[in-house]
Amino acid sequence: MAFDVLPLVPVLAPLTAAVLLGLVSPLRHTGRPAAFVSILGALTALGSALLLWSRVHDAGVPTLIEWAWLVESQGTIATIGVLADAESTTMLLLVTLVALLVQVYSLSYLSDEPPAALGRYYVYQSLFAFSMIGLVIAPNLLQLFICWELVGLCSYLLIGFWFQKPSAARAAVKAFWTTKAGDVGLLIGIVLLWRHTGTFDFGELRMLVEAGAVGLDGLAVITFCLYLGAAGKSAQLPLHIWLPDAMEGPTPVSALIHAATMVTAGVYLLTRTAFLFALTPDVLLIVAWVGALTAIVAAMMACAQNDIKRVLAYSTVSQLGYMMTAIGAGYAAAGFFHLLTHGIFKALLFLGAGAVIHAVGTNDITHMGGLARKMPQTMVVFVIGTLSLAGLPLFAGFLSKEEVLGAVWAGGLTIPFVLLLIGAFLTAFYMMRVVFLTFFGTAQAGHSHGGHHAHDAPIAMSAPLWILAIASMVIGVYFTFNHPELPFEPPGWLAATATGVALSGMVLAWLTYQRGAIDPERLARMTGPLRLAAAKGFWFDDLFLVAYRLVQNYLAKVLGWTDRYIVDGVLNVVSAGTVSAGEQLRRVQTGKVQDYVLAVGAGVIAVVWMLGGLW
Amino acid sequence: MGLSAYLILAAVIFCIGLFGVMTRRNTVGILLGIELMLNAVNINLVAFSWYHGEVTGMVLTIFAICITVAEVALGLAIVILLFRTRRTAMADQVDWLKG
Repeated sequence: MAFDVLPLVPVLAPLTAAVLLGLVSPLRHTGRPAAFVSILGALTALGSALLLWSRVHDAGVPTLIEWAWLVESQGTIATIGVLADAESTTMLLLVTLVALLVQVYSLSYLSDEPPAALGRYYVYQSLFAFSMIGLVIAPNLLQLFICWELVGLCSYLLIGFWFQKPSAARAAVKAFWTTKAGDVGLLIGIVLLWRHTGTFDFGELRMLVEAGAVGLDGLAVITFCLYLGAAGKSAQLPLHIWLPDAMEGPTPVSALIHAATMVTAGVYLLTRTAFLFALTPDVLLIVAWVGALTAIVAAMMACAQNDIKRVLAYSTVSQLGYMMTAIGAGYAAAGFFHLLTHGIFKALLFLGAGAVIHAVGTNDITHMGGLARKMPQTMVVFVIGTLSLAGLPLFAGFLSKEEVLGAVWAGGLTIPFVLLLIGAFLTAFYMMRVVFLTFFGTAQAGHSHGGHHAHDAPIAMSAPLWILAIASMVIGVYFTFNHPELPFEPPGWLAATATGVALSGMVLAWLTYQRGAIDPERLARMTGPLRLAAAKGFWFDDLFLVAYRLVQNYLAKVLGWTDRYIVDGVLNVVSAGTVSAGEQLRRVQTGKVQDYVLAVGAGVIAVVWMLGGLW
Repeated sequence: MGLSAYLILAAVIFCIGLFGVMTRRNTVGILLGIELMLNAVNINLVAFSWYHGEVTGMVLTIFAICITVAEVALGLAIVILLFRTRRTAMADQVDWLKG
């Protein structure tokens, strides 16, 4: 049988592009040709991912290719390879599709960049695609962790793409450190798990769990540590603070990394290890509660933002909360389904927002308005994305959100269920608020960009938008008529309730921002302190700052004192003793020849005496 | 006269030489002391050679005398150089190696 090379192509194609562009600097500095190399890599990855997906789908059995990596005398500690099963190939499709579309889109979005910077951007893009694909198809936790860190690095590099801007550089560092705080937990969790079970491999772990060979003692600590890593990457409370700031990066980057792929890695990890988490219901409860709180708090914060990208960022945090809650309820498949649909329509929304920003030259939705006439195509796709996110029937988000809500209800988590329902209302409200303020209403003065009027994006930007919009619609319509089988029975009133909640949110937004029947200021005053808190991000940043100041500064003081008086003190005493001893000893050295002769003579006598010669 | 008389003579001369080396301030005096010590050894060698009726000791003495000559030549050269650089030949004033 010929060596099966297909599962390796999705990983190796972007890697080849990244290495080629990274090492051959003349090619990188050409800009657009470099971009084509990267896009070719992404296209190859998408094509092979499609083939792989259909093969796994038809065969019904996963493909596994592994090489021994850390070989010890007791056996192989870790392997490296490709695991293509139903979950990973589906995720692979999402990752490669969005990566390709974003790379095409960036070509036009970043056309003003100098060629060298554009080349650098595409190196990062290819590297990210490679790392993310490596993460998705990882057959074991160790490879997953390596790729996990690599995507974190790429996220840092791409957020800080405009590193000349101090805010972008700060945001990059903040994103890196905040996710790193969670990653430490993940690493500890992986190592503990290895000590506990002796394997990193998903397949072996699953077999051990099914055989009941995994001890429950201490397993909760392990799963909690794994969850910490997922919470950092997937921006769960209170580690979500990096995601809104990450919007300092170019908009296509936000679409790819901070909406569709990297931030969902945490959800993906929990989906992958759901069988482990099922053994520790306490940790699942934490996952669900934190997820529900994240969903509602982030939705509130999204309502108070005026920056279109920050609204979408908080919305992403909120939707990640939904996925996590479903996983916490014990139905990881529901969370995973929402991950997939959300990946499509949130990428669509971000790219649509990018088109608007590109045309208008500002992020502030209060400075936009009336763009529907100037950018009709962008308006249509953005509205499709909005309705998907709000969860209207026939749109992609409807089923997945209903599934999440049903899962949470079936899991018996009533309060998180109510929180999520309120979150759904707010989601519809803030998204329609963006739509009305941006595309409808009266045009604000001074939003013409560089002298020419705002208009629809060029083909390189609009084509990805349409592809995503159509994909979103196809998914929505397909699953409405071919309802996926659920491991639980959602209550009959759920669909109607979810739709009603979403519609009422949209109607409120319409009354407030389009019809003018409700004064936005009065609405804001009615919510009172809640609105202030939401606008300030619930003071999470300040909380971290204060904690940082208190802990860091006092720890630094204590450590400084210890260093100055204890460590240095010991050294000073030792060195002073040495100096004074030397001061005494130097007197022995008179420098006079005859004294040395005397010493030699005395030495001879002493030696002879010791040998017993004198007696 | 027996062997012991020569040995006592040699020991006395050796001690005088050692005393001179340790106490003389003048470097030439120190060299003289060294000469005395070397000759005390020579006396020992010749005495034992005579006593045992063997010639090895005599041969060794000839060697020792030759080496002594070279040593004195070197020692005096050092003394002259010392005097040129420090304007003194007194051993106690030469203490460059004082700690």
